[in-house]
Amino acid sequence: MSSVIVDRRPDKGKSTANRQRVLKRLEGALKAQVDQMIARRKIGDHDKAADVAINRKDVKEPSFSLDPRSGAAGRVLPGNEKYRVGDKIPRDPSGSGRGSGPGEGESEQEDIFRFALSREEYLSLLFDELELPPMVKKSLLEIDANKFRRGGVVRYGNPSTVCVARTFKASIGRRVAAEAHFEQALDAAEAELRVARSSAVPARVQAAELELKEVRQRGADIPFLDPIDLRHRSLIEVQSPRTAAVMFCLMDVSSSMDESRKDLAKRFFTLLYLFLTRKYAKVELVFIRHTDQAQEVDEDTFFSGTQAGSTKVLSALAKMNEIIGLRYPASQYNVFGAQASDGDAFGNDSTESSAYLLSQLLPASRYFVYAEVGEAAAQESSTLWAAYRGIESDHFNMATVTARGEVYPALAKLFQKEQPA
Amino acid sequence: MTRAGTLPTRESRFSGSEWTLDDLLAIEQICARHAGRYALDTYPNQLEVITSEQMLDSYVSSGLPVNYGHWSFGKQYLIESGKYRSGANALAYEIVINTNPCIAFLMEGNSLAMQALVIPHACFGHNSFSKSNYLFTQWTQADAVLDYMLFARNYIAECEERHGAAQVEQTLDALHALRDQGLDKYKRPRKLDTRKERADQAKRLSLAQEAMRQGEYYSLVPKVSKSAEAEPKFPAEPEENLLYFIEKHAPKLEPWQRELARIVRKIAQYFYPQRQTQVMNEGWATFWHHRLINDMYDAGQIDQGILLECLHSHTNVIKQTDYARVNPYALGFAAWNEIKRVCEAPTAEDREYLPGIAGRDWLETFHDIMRNYRDESFLLQFATPKLVRDFRLMNIQTGDGLDHWTVSDTAGSDGFKAIRSHLAASYRLESYMPEISVVRYGRDSDRKLTLQHQSYNGRMLLEDETAQTLKHLRWLWGFDVSLETVDQTGKTLKAY
Repeated sequence: MSSVIVDRRPDKGKSTANRQRVLKRLEGALKAQVDQMIARRKIGDHDKAADVAINRKDVKEPSFSLDPRSGAAGRVLPGNEKYRVGDKIPRDPSGSGRGSGPGEGESEQEDIFRFALSREEYLSLLFDELELPPMVKKSLLEIDANKFRRGGVVRYGNPSTVCVARTFKASIGRRVAAEAHFEQALDAAEAELRVARSSAVPARVQAAELELKEVRQRGADIPFLDPIDLRHRSLIEVQSPRTAAVMFCLMDVSSSMDESRKDLAKRFFTLLYLFLTRKYAKVELVFIRHTDQAQEVDEDTFFSGTQAGSTKVLSALAKMNEIIGLRYPASQYNVFGAQASDGDAFGNDSTESSAYLLSQLLPASRYFVYAEVGEAAAQESSTLWAAYRGIESDHFNMATVTARGEVYPALAKLFQKEQPA
Repeated sequence: MTRAGTLPTRESRFSGSEWTLDDLLAIEQICARHAGRYALDTYPNQLEVITSEQMLDSYVSSGLPVNYGHWSFGKQYLIESGKYRSGANALAYEIVINTNPCIAFLMEGNSLAMQALVIPHACFGHNSFSKSNYLFTQWTQADAVLDYMLFARNYIAECEERHGAAQVEQTLDALHALRDQGLDKYKRPRKLDTRKERADQAKRLSLAQEAMRQGEYYSLVPKVSKSAEAEPKFPAEPEENLLYFIEKHAPKLEPWQRELARIVRKIAQYFYPQRQTQVMNEGWATFWHHRLINDMYDAGQIDQGILLECLHSHTNVIKQTDYARVNPYALGFAAWNEIKRVCEAPTAEDREYLPGIAGRDWLETFHDIMRNYRDESFLLQFATPKLVRDFRLMNIQTGDGLDHWTVSDTAGSDGFKAIRSHLAASYRLESYMPEISVVRYGRDSDRKLTLQHQSYNGRMLLEDETAQTLKHLRWLWGFDVSLETVDQTGKTLKAY
């Protein structure tokens, strides 16, 4: 057998299956990191790949091995110029000190190794935590892009899209039609000339000859190709249902909203955002925080900043309405509102808010959801909850979230009417 | 796939850095012609061009093109690719293992000069070494290994389907922990033969089922209880191959788990020669790529640019850092060059220390040594005083609990013999792998397994690792397992 050369480059992904195995094994450690990332990452970043670091201890494979620090040992080292027989060298504490030539090395490695989770791997870990049912998970993980497809033949287009065959076909049709008419006219003119000649009236003959010449000219003028024959292949962009959307995140940041409640709120917003990015190509985020006054802020401030003050939900709703009027015309945007609060509201704020929501905001929004967060939310006893419960609209829904695992079920409940079966 | 023989003969010599598949095959052919003059006996070469990602795949399975699925390979991949991406490690230019045909992986990113270096190194250096060295010919079967790996992969995949991935994973985890104790170090292992393996496997499985049926029957018969002391000693001689012992005697393992034990130890055995011939093998391959590159240049087949780039890489490969681990490439390359020098122009000193080879034909001597030695014996026999001086080697020693090393020998003093023997000893498997054997199995009593670790110079086992490994072993065994470290007089130093 003689020597051969093989180009192996096309065979890819040999380690993919083993990668899945190790990720499964690391699930616990990875989930813990994804958990931290929910707090650390921006909402919009959850749609991207994520870097993770793993401690080697988590994937340790033990074996019987010798303790390099025990017993008598010897080493042979190269490059000696400094030492003579009998010299003493302090043992290097950093690990290169003891060991036995070829066997060592393991201890010198770092304790942490890093790698990147792909978007799909990251999201699947994220959703595992959030208890997404498999079907929805799948639809969230898929991205479909707008596609162009062939849209048949049209009369207008740029020269690079000319469809030669169809253009010729059109030209043939046009010429057949025009020539049929021409031949009739020619026959008629020739017959007229014959009649005229037999009648021997010079004026009539002249007129008939002129007519025949004209008809012949018309025949010669039928062009082989005419601009009206041109046919172009058309590409049409398939209209996907997604267009622009804007998501308003409204959160109460008064002191009663502690870190754990904010964390629940963030998970709620994140998941809702992912839902929306699935449906709409472009989702803009607007963050409005409020105490007794509402402010539009950036994401970092939204989740990390604290503010003292009492609570006035209406201020945030009014702010949202104001921003919609200024920047997001209903003709161009699907407006989504998401409100998270612990439900505290004072005086008649609750009833005013629910009235405002019903009369002003809901007509301008595609959907508005309210999530009440915190341990007490389950009792459904807050004033805001009571007031909102009175709202009867297809565009409104509400749910309670008391623990991380409930974020998804709450969201699923909120979107029950919306979800395609 | 392009076959040799249909090659267009290349008029001009190789230059530049771009290459095509045909160029690589042409270089292989040219090298083959030069190698023929040195009587290098090789398996047919199969050059495979791969991407960096595929090189990482190969790292993970130690160069085997086929491997079974297990998370530890995925872990290795993540670690290696992380190191590569962060720039901490460059990838190997080539990777080659002893198969027939000899598969050499060449990275697509290598320049023409790198390929011209790598082809003689892998396809003629390592290839000829693994075809003729006694460890490789006696302990491994280059013809059968790929078939065997395919068989192993399919069998393990089948087990996963039949018994569940979790069961298989746990079994493999436990077996992998004992991989280093799955070697026949002194006895030659049986030849790999996939067809026979399949037939034998079927036979073993049916026997196991029969035994189980009988076992159920006999379990109704009341047993005469014996005490562990009264029982005759079994095994009669200590068994070094722990995995073999488990495969044959573990009381509770399912038949398929025994088969997995068999697969894991067969593969460990396959890599056994590699670990013992690193200096010799790399030195040999480095010597021959150096030689063949120069021959190609002398014959006008490569231009000066390629030669210089090759020499640059060659120099990097044999770089030795002072007071660091001995670089096997540097030591091996120097050792083979020394042997050549002693053959061709021996000094009085060489005649004194190496009378056996001084003045003999160098090529004949080379082949003889390459066939019949491994790192330990190679260095013990053929490390010359000049080699020790050139490397400025020194020998340092320390004792238990001491906070310093003591320099015991240096190249300048008359420490040559001591340094040589310590250097050689550092390549013994036992100097870095613990020697553990099965000394007792209470077959008819409590079914307890007793292991013994033979300690040299007071070297002990790492406690943490040992505890975890024993956990795996106890799971496999199903009954109590004890391990003790004993010194050379048989005194027990520690029990685990």
